[in-house]
Amino acid sequence: MSDEARKFLYVNRKAPHGSIYALESLEVVLIGAAFEQDVSLAFLDDGVFQIVKGQDTKGIATKNFSNTYRALGDYDVRKLYVEQESLDERGLTVDDLMELTHDTDDEDDLTSIIVVNRSEMAKIMSEQDVILSF
Amino acid sequence: MSTLHTVNKSPFDGTSLTSCLAHCLPGDAVILIEDGVVAARKGTAAATAIEASLAQCKVYVLGPDAAARGMNGETLATGVETVDYGGFVELAATHDRTQSWL
Repeated sequence: MSDEARKFLYVNRKAPHGSIYALESLEVVLIGAAFEQDVSLAFLDDGVFQIVKGQDTKGIATKNFSNTYRALGDYDVRKLYVEQESLDERGLTVDDLMELTHDTDDEDDLTSIIVVNRSEMAKIMSEQDVILSF
Repeated sequence: MSTLHTVNKSPFDGTSLTSCLAHCLPGDAVILIEDGVVAARKGTAAATAIEASLAQCKVYVLGPDAAARGMNGETLATGVETVDYGGFVELAATHDRTQSWL
């Protein structure tokens, strides 16, 4: 195995509160971030709902983990790929998503959200060493 | 560099298969497992999509899962190949990565 960081992509395709997939994915990402891999996240299909802003789970008595996505930047997870077609199909735009950012040595609050089309997403997937699906 | 995609949900239960086929690249392979195998039943709406994608990627069904659901060579969509567990392992080993469509 080479010393170079391996490319890990976490693929998120489920809406956040109806099943455990989204929360599990986020927890695995945060744990995995400690291993200094080259980590990216992909949000497509209903997965785009995971990072919609204004989520309020008080009424369903579950943990509102949506704010935890804001911590990703602090764990050096800086590439959140969001599929344009998946947003379009759901009547969403990038303005409906949370502002998820990271800091670099030179600059603060750079956006981590990268909107890509479906064929760009397919290409990103094909460039990974490991793909973990949720 | 190629990917083995696995699909384990019925195409009538969500977007797993549709999304998988939409992200498949030339040279990739798709294996239908568990409830995913019903997509390869001849004559279903999903089989049409599968046959259309055969031009750029290979499509397999896991034989034991298909047999368990009453499918055999005669009820399988044209161009779909059947593999056993050993064949599944072989596919996983001969592609660069696997991607699960859940």
